[in-house]
Amino acid sequence: MWSIISVLVENKPGVLFKVTNLFRSRNYNIDSISVGVTENPEFSRMTITTSADERQLNQIIKQLEKMIDTVEVKLLDEKKSIYRELVLMKIKISKPSDIMEITDLANAFKCNVHDVRKSSIVVEITATPDRINAFEELVREYGILEITRTGICALERGVGN
Amino acid sequence: MVALEKEGANIVFGLPGGANLPIYDELYKSNIRHILVRHEQSASHMADGFGRVSRRPGVCFATSGPGATNIVTGIATAQADSAPMVAITGQVPTKMIGKDAFQESDIIGITTPIVKYAFQPMNASEIPEVVKKAFYISATGRPGPVLIDIPKDVQQNEADMVFPSEVKIRGYHPWVDPDLGKIERAIEMLLSSERPVILAGGGVIISGAFAELQSLAEMLMIPVVTTFKGKGAFPENHPLSLGPIGMHGHAEANKIMVEADCVLACGSRFSDRSVGTFEEFERNLKIIHMDVDPAEIGKNQTTHIAVVGDIKASLRIMVKMLIQKAVKREGDNLWLKRVNETRDYFRENLKLHPHPLGAAKVLRKLREVLPAQSIVTTEVGQHQMWASLFFDVIHPGTFFSSTGLGTMGWGFPAAIGAKAAKPDVPVVDIAGEGSFNMTENSLAVSVLDDLPVIVFLLNNFSLGMVAQWQRTFYDRRMIGIDLKNCPDYVKLAESYGAQGIRAENLDEIGKAVQMALKSNVATVIDIPIDPQEDVLPFVAPGTPLKDMILPS
Repeated sequence: MWSIISVLVENKPGVLFKVTNLFRSRNYNIDSISVGVTENPEFSRMTITTSADERQLNQIIKQLEKMIDTVEVKLLDEKKSIYRELVLMKIKISKPSDIMEITDLANAFKCNVHDVRKSSIVVEITATPDRINAFEELVREYGILEITRTGICALERGVGN
Repeated sequence: MVALEKEGANIVFGLPGGANLPIYDELYKSNIRHILVRHEQSASHMADGFGRVSRRPGVCFATSGPGATNIVTGIATAQADSAPMVAITGQVPTKMIGKDAFQESDIIGITTPIVKYAFQPMNASEIPEVVKKAFYISATGRPGPVLIDIPKDVQQNEADMVFPSEVKIRGYHPWVDPDLGKIERAIEMLLSSERPVILAGGGVIISGAFAELQSLAEMLMIPVVTTFKGKGAFPENHPLSLGPIGMHGHAEANKIMVEADCVLACGSRFSDRSVGTFEEFERNLKIIHMDVDPAEIGKNQTTHIAVVGDIKASLRIMVKMLIQKAVKREGDNLWLKRVNETRDYFRENLKLHPHPLGAAKVLRKLREVLPAQSIVTTEVGQHQMWASLFFDVIHPGTFFSSTGLGTMGWGFPAAIGAKAAKPDVPVVDIAGEGSFNMTENSLAVSVLDDLPVIVFLLNNFSLGMVAQWQRTFYDRRMIGIDLKNCPDYVKLAESYGAQGIRAENLDEIGKAVQMALKSNVATVIDIPIDPQEDVLPFVAPGTPLKDMILPS
């Protein structure tokens, strides 16, 4: 089961190490992790996506809650959250018409196009993992030269805290 | 030092070195007693033993680099057994950190996975709050080791110190009030089950819930088994006591555990050594789980009712509810009859090793001579499991062992730490020579610092547990187990100024223990036992409790 966990942690050195090490030492899996400071500089928010069965997911949440540097741990409901990932994709250009085709696809996915060259083009896509995968599928035939992803970051809908 | 004194620390175990000399210079000026060890690992085990017995953090000091890495085993041991400990290490000066300086090791990085928390104050002014937090975190909730790594310049700098009277940590909530509704449902489940059992774990000992546990068991007439760590949570001479379950549990305890339809587990983490296999253990069993650590609920076993909170508080509420409801169960039911028959059967028919110094005979002799309130620690190996099988703990909370990590060499320094915590009580380390070898240099500490303990050494001239596994699982291909009666433990003890006695029959053992009890110095009682004796019963690893192997 693919899940998104949002963890509010103390913004101090070593906390990211402790969280990732918890996953390693207990043999849990991290699909992606993104970290950044929050509106309050004392805290950082980590968004972790993981694939685990229900029992393991339960344990992951409890073990995260047990950590002294975690202030709040939330399992996000996909339907009640906004979650996005930013991906930069360098795609091969083989013939001049590729540029137009890829730009059209990029527009359809509301992507930004950067660094257009004779032999390559960089597309920036911010979307849910499903849409990113769909886009990747479509441009694969052109040849993907390089990809970098930020990992999911997520926020609950509504007024929140 | 002032911060330590404010936390009530009056004794520290340690060894000085370059990077913690400023701390020692302050120690020189303070009233805190320093116990100089011969190896930092022993300092950490002493602090651990002190902590378990006094139920407040034991403190150990080590210098940077190798001093700090030497206490890693002690920290891991304390973490595995939820023992309160504050370890304070020196670190190279802040400007040198990360430069691979002499005696630099990243002890925060090394210990992060095995501590409850680790601090590295970078300014002298942080120290009072850090120390306060360290003691608070270590002792509350589920206890554990906390490390404070202090760079040398931070130790030396002067700063205005503010000593907080209270600390608050946003992400740490050790006190959870037990859910009354769940306790009520737990009572109903226990009363409606036909074959209930109480499983007492180490949490009962840590929270000191002995009286509550006994009241509950007696009111509901429910038999009590324990985990190995929970051994002695309930008097083992009580008519409802069946002793520890598990790999080397009592036959009657394992048998009854398998037949039970409902278990009230108090402060137990359902370790593989206790339950055999997770799947088989929970089959046809309703599990009520009380624990102070919410992360233990559902970790290894499926729980039907979970009560999160301090065991003592939870059990007290349960007993109160029973009194209010005027609920009692009579002892003349079929289940208790079955329990008693099972116990009687195994006590009468279980074959004991025929050797004149068979483990059962030797340990029952020790029990006979030793006052009930004595504290017992063990090392790790066959002698430890024999102690579990044949040494009955009468006074609750007087038995301590490295049960989780299984650290050979723990028992002797831990006994010294225990003696420091309770100087008026006899302290015995039930030992094997393989383990005792590892920290025997603490004899110097025991003698010179006037902390006399008794080492009850079951000497089979080999690494007995490994030998047993090689006999059982490796077709008698014996390798790496022969210790060849070296050293001579009587002479070894004497060379340290301790008393060494060789006892070669039960009568001599009795007399030796009597002499040791009167002695002002440590006593090593060297008892040559049969190297061929196996620990039985035995539940082989990865097999369920019902497949217990009995002596034939």
